[in-house]
Amino acid sequence: MGTKYVQKSAKYKTSVKDPGTPGVLEMTERKFVFRPSDPTSASKLDVEFRFIKGHKNTKEGSNKPPWLNLTRDQGGSYIFEFKNFSDLHVCREFVGSALAKSGEAPQAPSEKLVATFPHEQLSKSEMELRMRCLQEDSELQKLHKQFVIGGVLTESEFWAARKKLLERDYSTKSKQLVGFKSSMVLDTKPMSDGRTNKVTFNLTPEIKYQIFALKPAVHQAFLNHVPNKMSEKDFWTKYFRAEYLHSTKNSIAAAAEAAEDEELALFLKDDEILAAETRKKIRRVDPTLDLEADLGDDYIHLPDHGIFRDGGKEITESHNEQCRRTLSQDLNRQGAVVLEGRTIDVDLEDPRTVAEALVRSRHAVEGSEKQIGLDRIARMTAIEDLQAPHSYPFAPLCIKDPRDYFDAQQANAIKTLDDTRAGMQQTKCSLSTTEAYCSLRESISEIKSSGLNHPIIKPEVALMVYNGLTQNISSTKYQLGKNPQESILESLPNPTKEELLHHWISIQELLRHFWSSYPITTSYLYTKVSRLKDAMSKIYRQLEEIKETVQADFRHQVSLLVRPMHQALDAAFQHHDADLQKRSAKSGERPNGYT
Amino acid sequence: MASAPSKLYADDVSLLVVLLDTNPFFWSTYSLPFSKFLSHVLAFLNSILVLNQLNEVVVIGTGYASCKYLYNSSSYSNRSLEDGRMPALCTRLLNNLEEFMIGDEQSIKEDPREGTMSSLLSGSLSMALCYLQKVFRSGSLHPHPRILCLQGSPDGPEQYVAIMNSIFSAQRSMVPIDSCYIGSHNSAFLQQASYITGGVYLKPQQMDGLFQYLSTVFATDLHSRTFLQLPKSVGVDFRASCFCHKKTIDMGFVCSVCLSIFCKHHKKCSTCGSVFGETPVAVDSVSKLKRKTPET
Repeated sequence: MGTKYVQKSAKYKTSVKDPGTPGVLEMTERKFVFRPSDPTSASKLDVEFRFIKGHKNTKEGSNKPPWLNLTRDQGGSYIFEFKNFSDLHVCREFVGSALAKSGEAPQAPSEKLVATFPHEQLSKSEMELRMRCLQEDSELQKLHKQFVIGGVLTESEFWAARKKLLERDYSTKSKQLVGFKSSMVLDTKPMSDGRTNKVTFNLTPEIKYQIFALKPAVHQAFLNHVPNKMSEKDFWTKYFRAEYLHSTKNSIAAAAEAAEDEELALFLKDDEILAAETRKKIRRVDPTLDLEADLGDDYIHLPDHGIFRDGGKEITESHNEQCRRTLSQDLNRQGAVVLEGRTIDVDLEDPRTVAEALVRSRHAVEGSEKQIGLDRIARMTAIEDLQAPHSYPFAPLCIKDPRDYFDAQQANAIKTLDDTRAGMQQTKCSLSTTEAYCSLRESISEIKSSGLNHPIIKPEVALMVYNGLTQNISSTKYQLGKNPQESILESLPNPTKEELLHHWISIQELLRHFWSSYPITTSYLYTKVSRLKDAMSKIYRQLEEIKETVQADFRHQVSLLVRPMHQALDAAFQHHDADLQKRSAKSGERPNGYT
Repeated sequence: MASAPSKLYADDVSLLVVLLDTNPFFWSTYSLPFSKFLSHVLAFLNSILVLNQLNEVVVIGTGYASCKYLYNSSSYSNRSLEDGRMPALCTRLLNNLEEFMIGDEQSIKEDPREGTMSSLLSGSLSMALCYLQKVFRSGSLHPHPRILCLQGSPDGPEQYVAIMNSIFSAQRSMVPIDSCYIGSHNSAFLQQASYITGGVYLKPQQMDGLFQYLSTVFATDLHSRTFLQLPKSVGVDFRASCFCHKKTIDMGFVCSVCLSIFCKHHKKCSTCGSVFGETPVAVDSVSKLKRKTPET
């Protein structure tokens, strides 16, 4: 990924069928430029990578020519045909890294792999999930960049080892029904400017939807009258006039107006459709509904508990039954609709489509009402909020932070020195069994005859012991382990430290894939293992280089840290070679049979 | 006395089980004479008994080929055996120790252990744990037990499994294992034992101040340890011994079924008998190779 500039001859094609314009494709980190060989040609390109959403390419070995397809984020794409696949691969890798660098495109590698591995169909959400994982974890991103874009691992291999990570994020998504807003929209509060008699109602698509849902009669009227009889604006004006009349509690005026205007009367009448449905609905409340809490629920701090009408002042004028609508009725209706949940899933902008969708959903509810009700209740037993987290029948691997390991290494390093020194002093027991036992028995009889030492311990020695212990305790407490400056890793210069840590993580990742590929049963695994082995030997050499280039003062510590990495890699290589030998022995045997 | 019928144990009453390394091969090469060592240890045991009337001390000898209970403070109700020069404890212990040495020499002749310098730590650990189990089962009232290993001989990797089992058993019964290791190397077994059971591991630097180490560090009862700062090990050697050759190894093979450790690849786990699956292809090639070898 080190190259900053790529230049290849290629043909630019506007579509797959287009024969293409021959020319030169130049790529820098930020943009790519296509210059046709014929300077008069119009198909000149100069595009920045940030306008590129992703890239695909044809596979080597397929009967298609080497094409690279760069997808623009506004749709459309640029297709380049190269002379051969090696050119294509160079450019593809370059584009991959350029897209990754341009920030908003960690998605590029995923798209590429969707193209190369058509059997792995990723949903958009899954891809987003992976991207988020990468964005959240810079170490993961580094690994991803190194191995997936570097071609050592495929996208699916990389993520297969991290299923748990994905699942965690995935399972947080709720599958519950989206709830209906619980604030009372029936009381769309009018705003009057105080001077004129004009009263303004604010109407949003959401409120329209809520009105349709809450008042089937209004919904019906809307479907009947709009846009044939009256415009949408007139409809809502009428509706709110009725609402306004209602809110002024001027039932006489309301009745008078209703007599004049039958459409208006509709809004003031009791909702018959509602009355018919009410009883049925009580029986089909969906228990899985996720009620959405909003400001409407905060009835402690809102004036009048968030309801702009006061039920106490409701005038019960029995002479005009038609126009009477009580607060409690409204509340009940509101509650019923909230419990129904959001039944439509369309763009709220156009009230006509909303109204129609609502009709469809109502019909659907009528038809399969019972079945759905039963299904829902059956599902109720599995409300996700109440479920225990998924437990799997395997114990998760406990992979520790490599820092812990390095910290522990320091103590071991000290000890190794200690032990080697001590080891030299060790003398082999030269006495025979009888002599040894004899000398021991002599010691026992000696103490029996002479008694215990007197004094048991000399004061100076006791003081030395005390000082030693105090020093030991304070040093283990304040200096070793806990103190970052004291650990080997931290004492190294920063770049070396980071390099080592990164190598360690890379090795872990590679080894995990390496060992999980055994036993090799398919040719796919075989190529994967050899790919991994190449990557590992590269890191092996890099570690060796670190060891050589580091300053003399640190060389010993670094080699201590590098040794276990080398050992782990050596074990893998050894296994690989042994396996290879076994295979070749077997394949060599086959043609000859038993010899 | 300790055997009084109504014992009310405070939280600082201890039952100390001391495992005394009596490996003659170690002591004959060690710089500190065994008599000096015993003098420190006997004074220490005495001071434990003096610290609290209800304290109990059990001494188990870790010999080369055998182990034995050498002393149990609760079984001697009277201390009439004083002879002016030494407390009764010392006389009894030394007498028992002498007997034990003779017995140990006897058993080495019957069953010689080849090529190792280590003493039978696994045996004495097991005996200590058995004794403590007996104490636990005698009733709910008993002093707080702990084990102190006074060890000098090197680790015997062949005892790895037995010692680890003892360690885990001690961990389960919440018995801390303190270790005072006077040998030249650090003992990986005792380091692990103290680390796992929450005891103290100490390798004294001044051998003539052994009593000071013992009384400062290892005489502290479990209750006091909650507010004392005792020496901590800097690092613990967690290396394991392989089950096949009893070698201490850094890296090895682990049975996926029973977690046994091997230094090289085996076809079958010697502990649980699991057959380590290869691919059918690979097994085929192995059998072919086997058949081929005798012919060529």
